[in-house]
This record gives sequence, structure tokens and C-alpha cells, in this order.
Amino acid sequence: MTDRLKKILLGEQGLVVIFIVAFALVSLLVPNFLTDRNMLGLLQSVVTVGIVACTMMFCLAARDFDLSVGSIVAFAGMVAVMASNATGSILLGLIAAIACGAVVGWVNGVVIAKFRINALITTLATMQIVRGFALISSDGRAVGINSPDFYQLALSKLLGIPTPIWVLAVLFAIFGFVLNSTVFGKNTLAIGGNPEASRLAGVNVDRTRIWIFTLQGVVCGIAGILLASRITSGQPNAAVGLELSVISACVLGGVSLAGGRATMSGVIVGVLIMGIAENAMNLLNIPAFYQYIVRGVILLLAVLLDNLRSSALGRR
Amino acid sequence: MSFLEFSNITKTYPGVRALSDVSFGVEKGAVHGLMGENGAGKSTLIKILSGDQHADAGEIRIDGKVQAYASTRNAFDNGVIVIHQELQLVPELTVAENLSLGRFPASGGVIARRRMLDDVGAKLKSAGIDIDMRRKVKTLSIGERQMVEIAKAVMLNARVIALDEPTSSLSSRESEILFKLIDRLRGEGKVIIYVSHRLDEVFRLCDSLTVLRDGKLAAHHASLTDVTRDQVVAEMVGREISDIWGFRPRKAGEVRLKVEGLSGARLRTPASFEARAGEIVGFFGLIGAGRSELMRLVFGADPRSGGTITVDGKTIAAASPHDAIRGGIVLCSEDRKHDGIIQGRSIEENINISSRRHHTRFGVLSRASEIETAETFIKKLKVRTPSRKQDIVNLSGGNQQKVILGRWLSEQNIRVLIIDEPTRGIDVGAKSEIYELLYRLAEDGMAIVVVSSELPEVMGICDRILVMCGGRISAQLARGQFAEKAILAAALPDKKTSDAIAS
Repeated sequence: MTDRLKKILLGEQGLVVIFIVAFALVSLLVPNFLTDRNMLGLLQSVVTVGIVACTMMFCLAARDFDLSVGSIVAFAGMVAVMASNATGSILLGLIAAIACGAVVGWVNGVVIAKFRINALITTLATMQIVRGFALISSDGRAVGINSPDFYQLALSKLLGIPTPIWVLAVLFAIFGFVLNSTVFGKNTLAIGGNPEASRLAGVNVDRTRIWIFTLQGVVCGIAGILLASRITSGQPNAAVGLELSVISACVLGGVSLAGGRATMSGVIVGVLIMGIAENAMNLLNIPAFYQYIVRGVILLLAVLLDNLRSSALGRR
Repeated sequence: MSFLEFSNITKTYPGVRALSDVSFGVEKGAVHGLMGENGAGKSTLIKILSGDQHADAGEIRIDGKVQAYASTRNAFDNGVIVIHQELQLVPELTVAENLSLGRFPASGGVIARRRMLDDVGAKLKSAGIDIDMRRKVKTLSIGERQMVEIAKAVMLNARVIALDEPTSSLSSRESEILFKLIDRLRGEGKVIIYVSHRLDEVFRLCDSLTVLRDGKLAAHHASLTDVTRDQVVAEMVGREISDIWGFRPRKAGEVRLKVEGLSGARLRTPASFEARAGEIVGFFGLIGAGRSELMRLVFGADPRSGGTITVDGKTIAAASPHDAIRGGIVLCSEDRKHDGIIQGRSIEENINISSRRHHTRFGVLSRASEIETAETFIKKLKVRTPSRKQDIVNLSGGNQQKVILGRWLSEQNIRVLIIDEPTRGIDVGAKSEIYELLYRLAEDGMAIVVVSSELPEVMGICDRILVMCGGRISAQLARGQFAEKAILAAALPDKKTSDAIAS
């Protein structure tokens, strides 16, 4: 019996099983958890982390790292608001925000892939540079949205479900497909597994890495727009510490920091586990200070589980 | 009984018997040469002596006492020190600090600088080593670093010092200093094991000599007075070639691969050669002769600084492996673990990584053709695995090699296959399967370039052999002219030795 339990927990779908059990437990034990309203609220709370996790997964799978995502989200939000205020066109604002995200991501990618500078250092630098841009562009103040249509991005609903959740779902689907069914996705995993062997197998490693970071920038742009719309303004201090939540969610979802291993389903589960934990603690009125501790413990347990799983796989 | 005694040392690695029943003794105050071809078992023997590896059977005695080491540290404490080709010093520390590492004279955790310098200075002086001990090791030349290593051995009161190819990266002046130091250590009654390819040095330095061949003791000379160089060379190579090669003659066609004046950062002398359709060309040489470096240049794995490569008359840009593959050249690297397999991914993905581009539409994979390709090559190359989904790290060396061959054969347009050490770490059964595959590919018109450190292998399977030595192609022989002596002579770095053998 314990053997079977072990097999399930340490198997491919172990994380999903744990998620379902945790979800069932929380539904039973926490009042007001399993209601339509709370479910939508929960999903909305994980939109930013979830969107950015889509591409962070690629980054980590290729043995890279991106600390600049929080800053890019804030900067892209500022750009979206300021550009649409200035031009009067929301579309132009959105395009500008996504373009800015893409440029920052591309710069990250080029510096890392072509100049061979450690990803951690590079993105630590751009994280600060881009945060600086966000602060300078508004002189450190929040910038309100002029056009009410901009709010509608976050407020509008389709079939009773808010647009940002649809965006999240669509991105999950797209990047799940890209990871499993495209050359780009397979090359990403191969690079993470063994970068030199991948290069010698004809994979254009540099180009793939640059694409990964550029996509990461684009996706941060989208997340920044939705965040700005939800908080009805561009905030230069938005999304501070986002990178850590995103990386936590990915690791929780079984993405290996050593590269070569990632699944979209795992990342989705990782994002949801983080969201549920936070949501349940809020419903139970646990003070925010304690929530930090709980989040840290969850992360440690997840990594421990992952370690057990790898050694179980190794033994096979 | 000798001071240092090896008795019946046997060591088996999966699929390879590295040493079998090797016994010999070395007297105190003697410099003992250890010679043999690549793969003869010298390194394994040294590793066992240093406690890095354990013998499956047999024992080592020093001064009559059986040595049983759990680790290199243990051997160290027993006075056995091996000085490897890659030196083990901390570059950022000074000579004195390196020599005191682990045993710093200190009071309350603070290093007593004065005392350290005095101690080290005295030791260096008594060993006759003239190096400024305040210099950082990273500023020293390779030769000077080697002196420091030897000084370390002396300071640790080593009784047995093994030197592995010590002069391979030394200038002749530095070598002279090294030889003087070795003479001095001999005078102090140390046992020196001197591993080298260079006959000149061995004859000049050594009092006695052991020759290994195929993991067995080929000869042991207690004195070198009546021994000739020719005799030692014969002992090194004198094996009968049994027919595990299954060579089949073929007809060579047009020139497929033509390499002209190719050079790069790690291969200064421009190299030129060609390979015809249906031909298997072998590259032989000692380790470090530049064979792998040349092949990496042909494949675009390292940037080239000059030269041209053409396949069937068409010039290949070859700025990267990516270009080379599209031009029809592929390479199976010698270091499969580092440069070949993608760890953690399945056999299926390892096979499809390159050729999948032929079955994609807008970057989207065709699952069906990926599975088909994987299954086809698993069957065709007889990869032994329960499933195509198996992680490649779980396969044996031979099966990993087959998967990598499958990766390249699934490319549709391959005309030149370069295979570096095709059977390293591969058991005998899989070896002949791989040779058979190479013949079949050659018969289908591929040009095949085989790099190998095993002389019997290149002689057994190749139509033509090019020998490399010191970064240049030093000889070329067609099948029918193959002679072990001539090939080995061309491969040995020492001009005088090679002349002596060739004449």
C-alpha cells in the first residue's frame, strides 16, 4: 500500500495528484472557498504569475534564468498607460508596451547568448535598469488611465469569465503546444539537457536562447498591460518580487533548475497551488506576515519532493 | 622482494579488461619507466597506485606492507603521490601557500606567514628547486608549476612518486631541469614511476622498464643496458591482429570531402586531406596530436581561422555544426557524454533532434514521423532498449553510440561521416556491429573518416591511414602499406626516435 502510494506520488503525475488532494481538502475545510466568486477571484489573482510562468518555464528549461520579469511587467504597464494617454489610442499603447517588453527581452537574450554573460547577472542588471526606466518615465508617480475603455480589458467578461483569465488560458494552451509540439520547444529542452551536445547536433543554440528571452519580454508586456488595467493605472513599483513568485511556481511545477525538464501541466499546477495557498490563507484571515512563511515552506517541500522523484527515476 | 611490488593486479571496467594479472617490482632509488600504447593500461595502473581506482584482484606492496587505499588521500598519507598531466594547484594562491595548503602553520587560525615562508624556503632549497615562492601559481609557466608539484611531493615525504607524461607540455630546457630534479630524487632513494611515450627520455632516465600491452605485462626489464629501442617498440605493438574487423574491400569513387589548409586556434598548422566516396579514412595519432581538433574544425564545432572545405565540389560555409550538417557533414564526437547525448531526454528525441526539420511544417513537429524515425533506427541499428521512450542515460555505451549514429543517419543527405573514437568504452560485441555498419555506409557511397587512438582498429577497418603528430599530418599510408612500426614512428613526437624506428 505504501509502495503504491509512493509510486503515485513520485510518478509523472504525482504533482497533479497532490494538487487534487490539496484542492479537495481545502474545499472541504475552508468555508467560502468553493464558490463561483472565490474561484474567479483566485484565478484572477494568479493571472500575472501564470502568464509570466509560461515563458519562465522555457527559460529555466534551457538552463537560463530571468530576474528582470517583475521590472519588465511594471515598465510595460507604464508604457501602455502613458502611450495610450498620449496618443488617445489604446491599441497603440498596447503595441508600444509589448514592443518595449520584446526589446528588453531581446537585449537580455543577446547579452546572454552572444556575449556569454551569466543569465543571473545579466537579468539582475536589466532588472534594475528597467525598474529605473519605469520610475524615470513618470518621475516615480503612478499614472492614471484616461480612457475608461482601458479598464475594460480587465473588467470585461466573456461567458461570465473575466478576459484576463481567458488570456491566461489561451497562453497556457499556446505555450503548452509550443513546448511539446514544435522544434523550438524541443530544442529548448535539448539545450537544457546538454547545451554543447545540442550545438553539435545542429541546434542553433544562440538563436534559440535569444528567442526565449524575447518571448519572455513579450509575455511580460502582456502581463503588464493586464495588471495596469486591473489596478487602473501604471505603477512604477508594481510587480516587485514577481520573479521570485514565478520561479517558485515553476519549480513547484517540477521544472528543473538544472534544465532539460519542464511540462506545461506541471507549471499550471504550480501556479494554482501558489494561488490556492494564498487564497485559503486570506479566507482564513491568516495575517500576511505568516503567509510568507507558509509560501517558503511549500516551496521547500516541493523541491524536496522533486529531489525524491529524480532519485527514484535515477534508480530505475 | 622489491621495495614497490605490484602483484597480479587485475581491473575490469564494464566490457573492457583494463589490466589482467600484472606483476612487477621496482627497487628503491630507481626510476622505472612505464610504457605502452594508448589504452594499454598505464593510466589504470597509475590510478590504482594512487587510490583513485580499486583493483578487482591483486595487491600493491610498499616495503613489504600491503597497501589498501580507500581514497587518494589515503595513498597520499602513505607516501604515494601521482603528478598528473593536469596539475592540481590553486592558481590564485602563491607557491608557498600552495605548498602549505592543508597544513598551514598557524596560531589561533591566523597563518604564521614568517614560519610558512621559512619552512617552504628550506624545503625548496634542499630539493634544489629555484622558484620565487611569493609568486602566485597562475603566473608560473607549466614547467615551473610542475616543479611546484614535485616540491609538494618532496615536502610530503613521498616514497613513491609517479609522473604521468611529465614532459608533454615542457620546453626542452624545462625538461632538462626536470630530469636533474628526478636524478636528485633518485639519489635520495625515492621510487619514481615515469610514464612516457618518449623513448629518448625513457632510455636516458630510467633504470628499469615495464611495457604494457592490452592490459597485460608485455615485458619487464630490470636493467636497460642490453635493451634496444626497436625491441621496446616491438614489445609495445607486437600483437597479432585477429580478425574482429571483418574488413571488406570496396571500390572508392569520386572525391567527396576535400579539406584544404584548414586551421584554427587549437590547430595552428594548416591541414589538408581528402576522402572519397566509399572510402574509410583513418586518422591515427597519440592523444593530443590534433586529430579531434582537426575534425571539430571540419564540422564547424570550433571556429576556423583559414582554409576551405568542399563536399562533392560544393564549398561548405561551416561556421557552425548547423551549416556543416546542411552541407552533408556529420560528426560523432569522442566524448559522448559531454558532446553527444542529451541527458534526460528519450532515445526518440535524441534521434530526432537534427533530422526533425525535414518533417516539420512551420516549426510544428509531426509526431507520427518522429515515432517512425525513432522506431526505424532503433530496429535498423539494433539498439537494445525496452522502448523508444527510454532516457538515453540508461543505455550502455555501445547503444548510446548507435543512437547518435541513428541521429545522423536519419538526416537524408549525409555524405561525410566523421566518427571520433568509434568504439571507446564499447564492448567487443557492439564493436563489430559498429564496424559492420561503417562498411555498409561506405558501400552506399558515404565517405567515412575514423579517428582512433587504437592502432589495430585503424589498421583493421580503414582503406587509408593518415597519421598526425604535434598538430600536423605526418604520414599517409594506403592499405597494403600498413605497418605498425611505420605508423607508430610517424605518430611519436620525438624526431630522433621516429627516425630510429623508421630506418
